[in-house]
Amino acid sequence: MVIDPVTLIVALIGASTPILLAAIGELVVERSGVLNLGVEGMMIIGAVSGFIIAVNSGSPWLGFVGGAFGGAVLSLIFAILTQYLLSNQVATGLALTLFGLGLAALMGEAYAGISPPMTPDLFPEAMRDIPALGPILFGHDLIVYVSLALVAAVWFMLAHTRAGLILRAVGESHEAAHALGYKVVRIRVLAILFGGACAGLGGAYLSLVRVPSWTEGMTAGAGWIALALVVFASWKPWRALLGAYLFGGIAALQLRLQAADINIPVVLLDMSPYLVTIIVLVLISSDKTRAALNAPAALGKVFHASG
Amino acid sequence: MKKLTSLMAGAALALGLGAAASAQDDSFQVGFVYVGPIGDYGWTWTHDQGRLAVEETYGDAVETVYTESVPEGADAERVMTQMILNGADMIFTTSFGYMEATNNVAARFPDVRFEHATGYRRDHDNVSTYSARFYEGRAVMGHIAGHMTESNIVGYIASYPIPEVIRGINSAYLHAAEVNPDVEFRVVWVYTWFDPAVEADAAQALVDAGADVVLQHTDSTAPMTVLAEADAFGFGQASDMLQFAPAPRLSSIMDQWGDYYVRRVGEAMEGNWAQADTWEGIGDGMVGIGEMTETIPEEVRASAAALRDSIASGAYHPFTGPINRQDGSVWLAEGETPEDGPLAGMDFYVEGIEGEIPN
Repeated sequence: MVIDPVTLIVALIGASTPILLAAIGELVVERSGVLNLGVEGMMIIGAVSGFIIAVNSGSPWLGFVGGAFGGAVLSLIFAILTQYLLSNQVATGLALTLFGLGLAALMGEAYAGISPPMTPDLFPEAMRDIPALGPILFGHDLIVYVSLALVAAVWFMLAHTRAGLILRAVGESHEAAHALGYKVVRIRVLAILFGGACAGLGGAYLSLVRVPSWTEGMTAGAGWIALALVVFASWKPWRALLGAYLFGGIAALQLRLQAADINIPVVLLDMSPYLVTIIVLVLISSDKTRAALNAPAALGKVFHASG
Repeated sequence: MKKLTSLMAGAALALGLGAAASAQDDSFQVGFVYVGPIGDYGWTWTHDQGRLAVEETYGDAVETVYTESVPEGADAERVMTQMILNGADMIFTTSFGYMEATNNVAARFPDVRFEHATGYRRDHDNVSTYSARFYEGRAVMGHIAGHMTESNIVGYIASYPIPEVIRGINSAYLHAAEVNPDVEFRVVWVYTWFDPAVEADAAQALVDAGADVVLQHTDSTAPMTVLAEADAFGFGQASDMLQFAPAPRLSSIMDQWGDYYVRRVGEAMEGNWAQADTWEGIGDGMVGIGEMTETIPEEVRASAAALRDSIASGAYHPFTGPINRQDGSVWLAEGETPEDGPLAGMDFYVEGIEGEIPN
């Protein structure tokens, strides 16, 4: 019994998309110097609001929009508390997660056990039927391609545009950016909203495509993995993609190795995604100067214009 | 009723953020510690149905509190202690992984009665354990699975390698192999009771490996949605999961805790509660077999019902020899049935199951 690499890769891409979406959003937030630990909360709000809207409207696309919107609305609370009321970002982020989990459970009470409308595949059947390449390249829904486009767009924005330069400046030294006349708070609020929308979209992908149904607490820690992924990626978009696919790939592979009755200790397989993450983190951070240089210098620091 | 509804992320719990309820000592207070959310429509949901049965039976004389999604380990101790400090007289801890925590807290509060589900340690006089003979239900599911599989590959989503799960796999396999000697079991250990995404991935991996019937020993309905998409079959787990009938859900193995909870709370209120180790099955009503849908051929429905009834009446034990261990050594001789002790501690596969049990 061997493992079919094509279904493995297809499964890996599907499994990785929610955490990739959440991670790329959080990456932008952290690049602007804000640490939002509420990713899990925003994801689950996105999952439930996307699910509710998709079920009631019959359209998965409205559901995805609704999920992104729901995540953004929740992140707005975080933005107001941390940017205008200057609350502690770590505590506010944790509270946001708790609030999001509770609120989602309440919102979704009537929706357990319902099936959402199907999300269609993007490409016609003929293209998906191309041996091997078809399922891998064309066998997905729109959101998978959106997530890849987002990675490319975020990379381009950060590396090659003036807006990206300003965002990074705010994240490295909000005092200097402020002195130059940039609206630090406004830029950060926009980044937080973007992060919330991405997390919400990731959550909606979970409840509309990956599982697909609403269950209380269904994110089950995906938001925390996304947060870890940002550090793993050392705040670089393409590395976040690599990290998400690596994590999702190993998780999908280990289940398949078990299903195929291949004799590898299961405990080893189960911890392999985390093990590989740790190994890569150690390798990255062994180059001390580079890892330290990559973390936004103003990450998690409160900014007030008077300072 | 006072709800102690707090959905706690593990991380937040680790930071010691807990929820509190006000103390109230005029009525008998019963606390429930849940491993997942009530909304899982699986394991935790069935325990909450039991809690509601207690409330309905005793009305104002009893007050229940519960906490959902409590991680197994030290956090559970904190939750239990909090409940007791708020006035709980009796505590139900509804997952195997609370075994250590339950006994630790029981040592500190000898006047509080503890009921630990699916465990085997009763270190102190105030700790009872209880469980259902799920393997009786698994026998019926295995019987149906053996008939329904066309690829002769049956998938099994297993949570943790503990005796209860291993016993279920063995029971299902024996009764699938009895009606279909070519059947092969593929077991995937996911190391979680509740994680819909991982459960769905596991179901997908099993389907990709050729399984067309998948049994699950995890709590969410996520595998069902995958099976529906793949035109494969599955069984309701813990709760009926009737929303997935007539397919992929063929039948279900239901946990019915209400009678037991009502009985034990009643005993505790009257002061004649005593330590016990309870293990009840289909016959006592603790394990229920959900409606078998018409997707199952009529004669299979009939034979499955006959199997269920013979187990319920005690005429047939799902582990009746001859049964060999995986390595070929004899476990039960012809016609022999196991004592409850060795059965409760079962830590090996029976002959015919491939793969190794992780430890």
